[in-house]
Amino acid sequence: MHAAPGGLLVAVSATFKRDLTLMLRRRGEVLNPLVFFALVITLFPIGISPDPELLASIAPGLLWVAALLAALLSLDSLFRGDYDDGSLEQLLLAPHPLAALGLAKVAVHWLLTGLPLALMAPVLGIMLALPAGSYAVLALSLAVGTASLSLIGAIGAALTVGLARGGVLLSLLVLPLYIPVLIFGAGAVQAAILGDGIAPHLAILGALFTVSLMLAPWAIAASLRISING
Amino acid sequence: MTGGKGPFRVEFDPKLMRLERPLSLCLQARKLACERDDRWLFEGLDLDIRSGEIVRIEGPNGSGKTTLLKILSGQLSDYSGELYWNDAPMRQVREHFLANLLYLGHAPGVKTGLSPLENLAWYQALSGDKGSETQREKALAAVGLTGFEDVPAGQLSAGQQRRVALARLTLTQRALWVLDEPFTAIDRDGVDALEKQLIAHAQAGGCVLVTTHHELTASSVLRRVQLG
Repeated sequence: MHAAPGGLLVAVSATFKRDLTLMLRRRGEVLNPLVFFALVITLFPIGISPDPELLASIAPGLLWVAALLAALLSLDSLFRGDYDDGSLEQLLLAPHPLAALGLAKVAVHWLLTGLPLALMAPVLGIMLALPAGSYAVLALSLAVGTASLSLIGAIGAALTVGLARGGVLLSLLVLPLYIPVLIFGAGAVQAAILGDGIAPHLAILGALFTVSLMLAPWAIAASLRISING
Repeated sequence: MTGGKGPFRVEFDPKLMRLERPLSLCLQARKLACERDDRWLFEGLDLDIRSGEIVRIEGPNGSGKTTLLKILSGQLSDYSGELYWNDAPMRQVREHFLANLLYLGHAPGVKTGLSPLENLAWYQALSGDKGSETQREKALAAVGLTGFEDVPAGQLSAGQQRRVALARLTLTQRALWVLDEPFTAIDRDGVDALEKQLIAHAQAGGCVLVTTHHELTASSVLRRVQLG
């Protein structure tokens, strides 16, 4: 007694398309984390020192921390709108696995937050005198890393969606889980600068992403059900 | 919003069988009890909702009408008692139950950033069927929103937004309608049409579970359940 198998694909792609359309119509919300990222990185050379050697040594960490915070900043609104206007109830009552529908929403979040951050990072890296040769690794590590960040963060966003001011709690819940991604993400860029092997770092980032991809959708679905039970 | 509906089909795997004749449906609650803030909203509630019925849940504000609807539609798990769908425990047949359920909550679930057509397209796809633009335009015409198809829903009035949500009743063929205050913000003509639609749905073999402060016309298909 299952719905037609093609039905799930229709529902998931429609949810993906709907969220994408909604976000593209609210450009401000999409640009917000990118502007935050650019501002923070611009301020560091001014605040610390314009010395290229000093900046280059801290650049990987700075870029990664700023991107991580920018991604975190945008997470609170992931399920908030749906919760407020009642469409989250409808999502829960769809005759399809909530995990798959939630994953579609997370995919949109990454596409409009994580991916642009990853593409922007090399440009900001120039400002921090990031040594040549590490730009590709920076973008790649951020692209894979932010996908994990979106997945893990969505669990926190789902848990706190029913709370009036869940933003702080969301950060507290999610930040400890972000730390491994940060360590290996920044580590990959550092290794690229020093000329060490980057493969182990990227492999662990990939592994973290795979584990998140397997487990997070179920956790997101369970969290949403808890939130709706409020 | 005119009724003219065909017989209701219960969604089994279409490859296995296609039921053209209305099938008797039944949602049962046994010894349902729910506690909120150290207060029993209801206790020992037995409820049978069958095909061909409109069940109206009545009670003063805060008597737990919305909570009951949320429990019966499978959203809340914070209750004691048992739910049965077609004589099978809800846990086992949840997916089949959801495929037959149309729930319309207190919030209309209409995205203000999308046009009515886009809103309906998502709802239709959510049930696994892409549908067509003509179907959706027809459904919008049935709720009196011709000419507003491509206007962002945020620019529509509260009543019009509610009508977008109500267009789902015409658009998707579901047997069990669970409607929480569907008459909110609807004008008098709309109320009449919606009432007719509910009766037509029950007469065609569907069932309707509704809370409303609006007085429904007494009809042979109407049954009342008092809470609180």
